[in-house]
Amino acid sequence: MDFDLKAALILTFGQTMQMVISSLLAAIIIGGSIGLLLFLTSNTLFLKNRVINQIVGVIINITRSIPFLILLVLMIPVSKAIVHTSIGPNAVVIPLAVAAIAFFGRLSEASFSDVDNGVLEAAIASGASKLSIVLKILLPEALPSLIKNITVTAVSLIGFSAMAGTVGGGGIGDLAIRYGYQRYEPEVMFICVIVLVLLVQIFQVIGDSSAKKLDKSSK
Amino acid sequence: MIEFKHVSVSFKQHKQIFEAVNDAHFKIEKGEIFGIAGSSGAGKSTLLRTINLLQTVSSGEILVDGENVTNYRRTQLRILRRNIGMIFQHFNLARNLTVYQNIAFVLKAAGKSKAETETRVKELLDLVNLSEKSNSYPANLSGGEKQRVAIARALANDAKILLCDEPTSALDLETTSSILSLLKDLNKKFGITIVIITHELDVIKSICTRCAVMNKGSVVEIGDVYDIFTKPREDFTRQLLSHTSHFNLPEQIIDKMQGPIIRLTFKGDNANNPILYYAANTFQIGFNILLGKVEYINDLPLGILYVQLIGETEPLKLAIEFLAANTADLEVINHGL
Repeated sequence: MDFDLKAALILTFGQTMQMVISSLLAAIIIGGSIGLLLFLTSNTLFLKNRVINQIVGVIINITRSIPFLILLVLMIPVSKAIVHTSIGPNAVVIPLAVAAIAFFGRLSEASFSDVDNGVLEAAIASGASKLSIVLKILLPEALPSLIKNITVTAVSLIGFSAMAGTVGGGGIGDLAIRYGYQRYEPEVMFICVIVLVLLVQIFQVIGDSSAKKLDKSSK
Repeated sequence: MIEFKHVSVSFKQHKQIFEAVNDAHFKIEKGEIFGIAGSSGAGKSTLLRTINLLQTVSSGEILVDGENVTNYRRTQLRILRRNIGMIFQHFNLARNLTVYQNIAFVLKAAGKSKAETETRVKELLDLVNLSEKSNSYPANLSGGEKQRVAIARALANDAKILLCDEPTSALDLETTSSILSLLKDLNKKFGITIVIITHELDVIKSICTRCAVMNKGSVVEIGDVYDIFTKPREDFTRQLLSHTSHFNLPEQIIDKMQGPIIRLTFKGDNANNPILYYAANTFQIGFNILLGKVEYINDLPLGILYVQLIGETEPLKLAIEFLAANTADLEVINHGL
């Protein structure tokens, strides 16, 4: 057998991590900013603006309502324009990032909305600037919940990245389908699934424990 | 110090206009502790928030230190707010910041250096007796301690005015009185003008010098706390007072008693004279005290006595006349004559 399972696993694991980490980073930075924008434009203490809030909200909703498999196909021209290829992990990062940005945008908006409005009102009443309130009160107060939602996003991304294998994205999911399913090698499929389960567990444990560590709201 | 000039606040709610504050027009003097009483939904909180412009007014003007602040924006507004501290019913401390960080935030936001911030936070924590809790998180503090931190935070930038939004409503009786005495001390020590809104009339009774009573968005009565509590002019105020002073004689006792029962109110100076003894002596009647109390509002005594009078009809009538003339108020509960 010329198929080296160990080498294939290492290669595809790297691809999965590449897809998950880079789209997760995009989700945190861009999606988080969108979530913050949604929150700030919905709160009278900050920059309440119905028009901006609704426009951004509708865009997020549209993106979120497109099934990921269809988004993968729809994004092919965009991937071609940005990374000059439509196959491989680099190309799938684009649809993954778009889905993750929309997903985390909503989740982070909820994290910000969960911050006690009274705490923000007290900060406004103290005469602090809105920028310093966002950076030094809103973010630390929302952080534990943001981390929990980053974990949720990361776990969904692991699932999405496996789906991306079907359009030539690579990764562990791709390995599982090509060798495990199409070549009737159930042990490959089994090992791939175990790796994915472990990966999800690791993300979950790291996310939960850091959220707990940062949350000082209970004794 | 703070002047409301025909201030009104209205909200649009379900296409209807709701007047939260209706033509508030009065002045709060420098250095006084001013109370605003009223039941919930009376507009107290809205009125309080117009002072630091957390609530914009629909019409009218707010003057702070003689200056019209109604249209302050941005930098001007932020400087105004630094001079007006505010505390809340639920304390509103940032939960993921320590006591130190909570107070330091408002100092740094006002442009204080790290060294200045450090000294000032220390000073403030000493002032509210919480020096050893500097690195605790709010979750590990009691309600009273949280409110002390909130007070320290509110005064951090040398506020001249302190707005209190139901400051003791989430606290037990003992903690309430310790917070109130802290506020009283701060008022005496630094001459801070304090505005307190509360539905607890006992709070107003124990620390305010003057107060306003609000009902459905309007200020219905305003004056010295002692006058308002002893001689309310408005029906609404009387109603509000009767809800809190549970000081009534049980019905079955009134029914059982022979002879007239009267309710005497003593105020200020006449609370110290033995009026009842004079009346009994002069008119040769007997008396039986059924219920009585003396309380102090602004250090002035207010006494209430329920008395059963015993004797012949004529002397009783004369005695009642005499007592009515020599006490603040006399109400005949049961004639029995």
